[in-house]
Amino acid sequence: MKYETVIGLEVHSELKTKSKIFCGCSTQFGSDQNTNVCPVCLGLPGVLPVINEKVVEFAVRAGLALNCKILPFSKFDRKNYYYPDLPKNYQTSQYDLPIAVDGYLDIEVNGETKRIGITRVHMEEDAGKLVHSGTISNSEYALVDYNRTGVPLIEIVSEPELRSPEEAKAYLEKMKSILQYIDVSDCKMEEGSLRCDANISLRPVGTEPFGTKAELKNLNSFRSVQRGLEYEVERQTEVLSEGGHIIQETRSWDENKGVTLSMRNKEQAHDYRYFPEPELVPIVVDPAKVESIRASLPELPDARKARFVADYGLSAYDAETITASRAMADYFDATVKAGADAKAAANWLMGEVSKHLNAANKSAEECPVAAVQLASLIALIDKGTISGKIAKTVFEGMWDSGKDAETIVKEQGLVQISDEGAIVAIVDGVIAASPQSVADFKAGKEKAIGFLVGQVMKQSKGRANPELVNKLLKERLAAL
Amino acid sequence: MDLFKQTIHTLHERLTKKEISAVELAKSVFTRTDVVESKIRSYITETREQAMAQAAAVDAKLAKGENIAPLAGIPGALKDNICTNGVKTTCASKILANFVPPYNATVVDKLAAQDAVITGKANCDEFAMGGSTENSGFFVTHNPWDIERVPGGSSGGSASAVAAGQAIWALGSDTGGSIRQPAAYCGAVGLKPTYGRVSRYGLVAYASSLDQIGPITRDVTDSALVLNAIAGYDAKDSTSINEAAPDYTQALVQDVKGLKIGLPKEYFGAGIQPEVAAAIQKAVEQLKAMGAEVKEVSLPHTEYALPAYYLIAPAEASSNLARYDGVGFGHRAEGSDIIEMYKKSRSEGFGPEVKRRIMLGTYALSSGYYDAYYLKALQVRTLVKQDFDKAFGEVDVLITPTAPTTAFKIGELSDPLAMYLQDIYTIPINLAGLPGISLPCGFVSGLPVGMQIIGKPLAEATIIQAAYAFEQANDYHTRFAPLGEE
Repeated sequence: MKYETVIGLEVHSELKTKSKIFCGCSTQFGSDQNTNVCPVCLGLPGVLPVINEKVVEFAVRAGLALNCKILPFSKFDRKNYYYPDLPKNYQTSQYDLPIAVDGYLDIEVNGETKRIGITRVHMEEDAGKLVHSGTISNSEYALVDYNRTGVPLIEIVSEPELRSPEEAKAYLEKMKSILQYIDVSDCKMEEGSLRCDANISLRPVGTEPFGTKAELKNLNSFRSVQRGLEYEVERQTEVLSEGGHIIQETRSWDENKGVTLSMRNKEQAHDYRYFPEPELVPIVVDPAKVESIRASLPELPDARKARFVADYGLSAYDAETITASRAMADYFDATVKAGADAKAAANWLMGEVSKHLNAANKSAEECPVAAVQLASLIALIDKGTISGKIAKTVFEGMWDSGKDAETIVKEQGLVQISDEGAIVAIVDGVIAASPQSVADFKAGKEKAIGFLVGQVMKQSKGRANPELVNKLLKERLAAL
Repeated sequence: MDLFKQTIHTLHERLTKKEISAVELAKSVFTRTDVVESKIRSYITETREQAMAQAAAVDAKLAKGENIAPLAGIPGALKDNICTNGVKTTCASKILANFVPPYNATVVDKLAAQDAVITGKANCDEFAMGGSTENSGFFVTHNPWDIERVPGGSSGGSASAVAAGQAIWALGSDTGGSIRQPAAYCGAVGLKPTYGRVSRYGLVAYASSLDQIGPITRDVTDSALVLNAIAGYDAKDSTSINEAAPDYTQALVQDVKGLKIGLPKEYFGAGIQPEVAAAIQKAVEQLKAMGAEVKEVSLPHTEYALPAYYLIAPAEASSNLARYDGVGFGHRAEGSDIIEMYKKSRSEGFGPEVKRRIMLGTYALSSGYYDAYYLKALQVRTLVKQDFDKAFGEVDVLITPTAPTTAFKIGELSDPLAMYLQDIYTIPINLAGLPGISLPCGFVSGLPVGMQIIGKPLAEATIIQAAYAFEQANDYHTRFAPLGEE
């Protein structure tokens, strides 16, 4: 039997507010343990939470960017469960009236656009972090770091409309892109500011009812989201094909072993005993405020991509790649605005610029070569001042020194030689010194010209205009 | 008259006239405590050293000719569920036996701003759950009018301290009657403000949507003075009402002419001690003679208030008390793993009534029961509120007994349900978030009877005025618990 994969994702994203959701403590990542704490986030007796207005604003921003409806009346609820990283033993979250509902985002897989529904976006507080002595299973004790306790999160729940691990990855990438565009989250999976759990089940192709799902946790990178789900598709297919049943359970992805392992049965799972948080008043968002937030949203990835295709003639693929990161797209816009040819700029961004940024683990915002500088480098190529090949050397210099392209070209004497007389002199020298290649060429081995071109470029230290070199070589060889 | 027997307003006057010093006053109260504490047991923690320093500071101000606030230098006790920076705050629970908060409740800061002298932390039912102070995790408090009887609860230590001269005033907290009922049993004036009128920041939560801090005092004037000190908006409490509090002493006017009083017929039915009902009727007649208009009203959902309360309050409590797990603070028992540590810490730390309510609340919130219990209780709460809204369309205040009986004997109500019924006249007021005041309106066999006056939301001034008018026409507030001495 053929099975269809059904996936829904729960994405948690830490909001980049300066202070926590219910107290004034800093949200700074990487601070010394238990330094960003106060009686409120430590859950000491008698203290009370006060909602950080920025959190509501950011959540509304995210809701709007994900095409959601903002509920005019929303509230917080308590999710009750015991865990030592949760000082109050309940998490203040949202249950039946989340801040935003009924949205969607579009993903592109194999050249096709698909719309994935978003059920809800809700606000909640993060828990602390347990530090074990040794491994979890053999640790004699655990210590708790409460710095993360009370850091604001939004949870974004998708409809079960993803049909492959690849679609899940594309959804997550688009989600990250949107949240970064609207500047509400850093979305760093490695720091935990973007986390993802997946619900996955299979059903016979052509049938409606959902199969029994497994919840997948510990997916700590985009790669592990895809790999974990691929493994799970395989595992569930095997179980079902052999006539077995899928157990509803939580499974953890083991990145090293490349397998998912059962954590606990859902049947034994907690009854969270949700009820309205009595310490906080309901959230009533003023419609005018919603509209002002909507008006303040930046151009989002899809709109930008469409603009890059329509206005600059970029291919859909190039536009998608460049707009995935807001910083990269901003860089592109700035380069084009500084006068660079759009296609050339796109090629540079996806080529040398990305290569250098990735190697240095930097984002486009941190690029040491400013967009105007890149534009002037591209202008030098267009004018024929330097060759495309030399330009890469020049870029290297710009990256290292921060100097302008013109300065480096001048300092290192990299101006392209387009003077025919000068090139002819080198061409004649090479022809004289390479009788064998000349003979081969004459005998019809056209490839032999490649060697001769290479020699000319070598002797000109790469500065000779390649088009002229080709043209002049052919002329001189024909004249022999 | 002994200083420890006097009121805030008389003592304030004497302090400003320099007839007495704050240190002298504090000493008088402490000496009294030395004499009676072994019989009454009002205090879990006394803070005499700190109190003497506070008193000396007030005397220094007076010596320099500075003006002092109405509560300056006047000794008062705090219920031990109100957080005090650097001073143990136990909630009368073994689980918090050694808990010292690093912060003050907002009311404590407000009292400090008035230079009030704090005598210590008063005993109560554990986590404010109970109506007799017998549920304290440490010891039982006795009623100064009859030491074989309970002082009421949960703010029993606060009320007994005021009645026995161990404090001039006290703060209690009221979730279902815990200020008004002990005030009634101890012959004091207890005021539960409108929900949100007084900040709950630093009040250890029992049932957050019902809890409210308020004064227990010797007369209505003192009640207004303490309320003046503690009422007002607090940004640290999201449920606090963002409206300036008036000067409640403006309401101390001896006039009830034209005041429309409603008597809810459901509050005078079965279960009420006949002498208590008679005392209330007599008081109402008196108010009528003073010019008030009296009419019977109906609050038809009254009988559902108690069961609704015993779902809502324990539900919130089951969650509020989840934090006492031995991890970060409070009592921790050794366990082989985290679950065993949780279980042992909580089993050892909580008393039976707290455990009972945690169980009740956990059950009420459980999946499959939520709609039938918790949600239904919230709906009843709305109906109870609507009853009051409707009644207040016709009348200005409602008058009822505070409790169905006078103070009962220690150990007399061993059945939890019988105990819960003691709160039948006070609980609906918490469900509706209304202000209510209890003041003495007579005595039955030497035990004080409390009359409850209930007002519209934020109408503290109205109930204070009605209470003041009644009080001034009588002398119940001037009587002092004999304690076998006089």
